[in-house]
Amino acid sequence: MRAVVIIFPGSNCDRDMLVALRKSGADVSTVWHKDAELPQNLDLVAIPGGFSFGDYLRCGAIAAQSPICRAVVEHANRGGYVLGVCNGFQVLTETGLIPGALMRNSGLKFLCKPIDLIVETQNSAFTSGYAQGSKIQVPIAHHDGNYFVTDSELTALRDEDRVAFRYTDNPNGSVHAIAGVLSCNRRVLGMMPHPERAMESQVGSTNGQALFRALVGQAMTP
Amino acid sequence: MKAIVTVMLKNGVLDPQGEAVKSALSVLGFSGVNGVRQGKVIELDIADGTDESQVNEMCSRLLVNSVIESYTLDIL
Repeated sequence: MRAVVIIFPGSNCDRDMLVALRKSGADVSTVWHKDAELPQNLDLVAIPGGFSFGDYLRCGAIAAQSPICRAVVEHANRGGYVLGVCNGFQVLTETGLIPGALMRNSGLKFLCKPIDLIVETQNSAFTSGYAQGSKIQVPIAHHDGNYFVTDSELTALRDEDRVAFRYTDNPNGSVHAIAGVLSCNRRVLGMMPHPERAMESQVGSTNGQALFRALVGQAMTP
Repeated sequence: MKAIVTVMLKNGVLDPQGEAVKSALSVLGFSGVNGVRQGKVIELDIADGTDESQVNEMCSRLLVNSVIESYTLDIL
């Protein structure tokens, strides 16, 4: 599987993402935000966490207008896989690849701690390695993770089984306790928690491994 | 000329910052504040004769996220 990790000024989880993908068997490289093109024969674009462009204007808003993001949208429209974590999720909502928006946490505090997620659907390349309804522990680290969608969009997300993960104890006030959302074609996932930080038992959890293993494995099958 | 874009969260979208400001005002002893909404003002210094529709396009493409925000535009 051929994957790239996009780096914006202010990205800070790019190396963790790179290591997680490489460890899971992907052929990974990095791409700078000013590049206008992605490598050929690419399977996956990963947009890492961080504070792209200092979170100016709105989290992810400036990054979503960068040259590389036009190529990311084209990649997604061709049916390519895209994973956006934390700030990457915010970028995906700003590009319109994932519906909704991420607002300031309802408690107004930056939250940095391990939390429990429920795997809401097994039906995606990202979540097929988990049992439906299983509970996994993954860290969060964000100030703006309060997911908002309109009632009608929420109904659509639920009807189409596009809620990938929910918090067991909604830490940030997200609608329906949503932590991760899939695109219509189920090949784009945006999520606030950091699976790339849950790859080693030394740092508390290995529950992120199943996501990357399943993703890398699935994208290899023609 | 200047364009003043005032961006607010849409009605119905919970504004946690506004709620925090409201409770802080209450702690300070100000009574009768029924609600606080916090937004932002973006001041653009633009070339004379710039069409209003162009500023509206700037708003829709970058300055405002129409999922959660609404805006008003004043050209001075």
